[in-house]
Amino acid sequence: MSLVLASVDWNIAQNVFFYIFAIIMVFSAFKVVTTDNIVHAALFLVVVLAGVAAQFILLGAEFLASTQVLVYIGAVVVLFLFGIMLTRAQVGADSELDQPNRWPALLTGSMMFAVLAATLIRTFEDTELPDETVTTTQQVSDTIFSQYIVAFEATSVLLLAALIGAIVIARKD
Amino acid sequence: MILNQFLLLAAILFCLGVYGALARRNAVLVLMSIELILNSVNINLVAFGAYHGNLSGEVFALFIIAVAAAEVGIGLAIVLLIYRNRRSIDLNQADLMKG
Repeated sequence: MSLVLASVDWNIAQNVFFYIFAIIMVFSAFKVVTTDNIVHAALFLVVVLAGVAAQFILLGAEFLASTQVLVYIGAVVVLFLFGIMLTRAQVGADSELDQPNRWPALLTGSMMFAVLAATLIRTFEDTELPDETVTTTQQVSDTIFSQYIVAFEATSVLLLAALIGAIVIARKD
Repeated sequence: MILNQFLLLAAILFCLGVYGALARRNAVLVLMSIELILNSVNINLVAFGAYHGNLSGEVFALFIIAVAAAEVGIGLAIVLLIYRNRRSIDLNQADLMKG
């Protein structure tokens, strides 16, 4: 609890909103991986993705937050809903969504969390973020189009390849 | 705000995603779990970028968003193809390569 108390006097509003969003996100992510209704899983995923956008705003990454809303909530979730619709998933509860034996998955997830949490707490302890972390869209675009221009071009080629590949794979003939 | 609260939130989301990818047998739900994992990595990158006052974290998070969009497009095309051939997207039944 020293983690929480150390930062309370620093910036209360940001912390309050962080923990509100974090609780909502963890609950929704838990429902995404446990619910037995596949449409509900997609809708809980929307809540998690919106929460991630909210965390980006708390971290001062405004361009990334708007991209998150546009690309993930606007496009990826719609793709998921199309996938659910086209594979004629059972609407309503479906007991066949989980593996019959979930213990190995539970063991892997919880052990990974134990290792990650122990390492993070021991390494960073109460390291504070800087007071001013806001980055403008202009700074982000300047970085992309100077330092990372090659990676940016490679990403556009990747998107083109994915577009053509998806059409070739899903085409009926 | 301290750095660790973001990193621990990302760790929780990552591990829930790993659990989902292993425990689900519906292919669409496995893809959703992978989205959870990629989003937790994005939170990590942006938090470290803010900590170091460096924009590279945000730029790489943008690249991850683009790659994740491509991955979902291809992944759902493959799932549709499996559904068309086998009338089911149960991953336990897609076992042609099992010896």
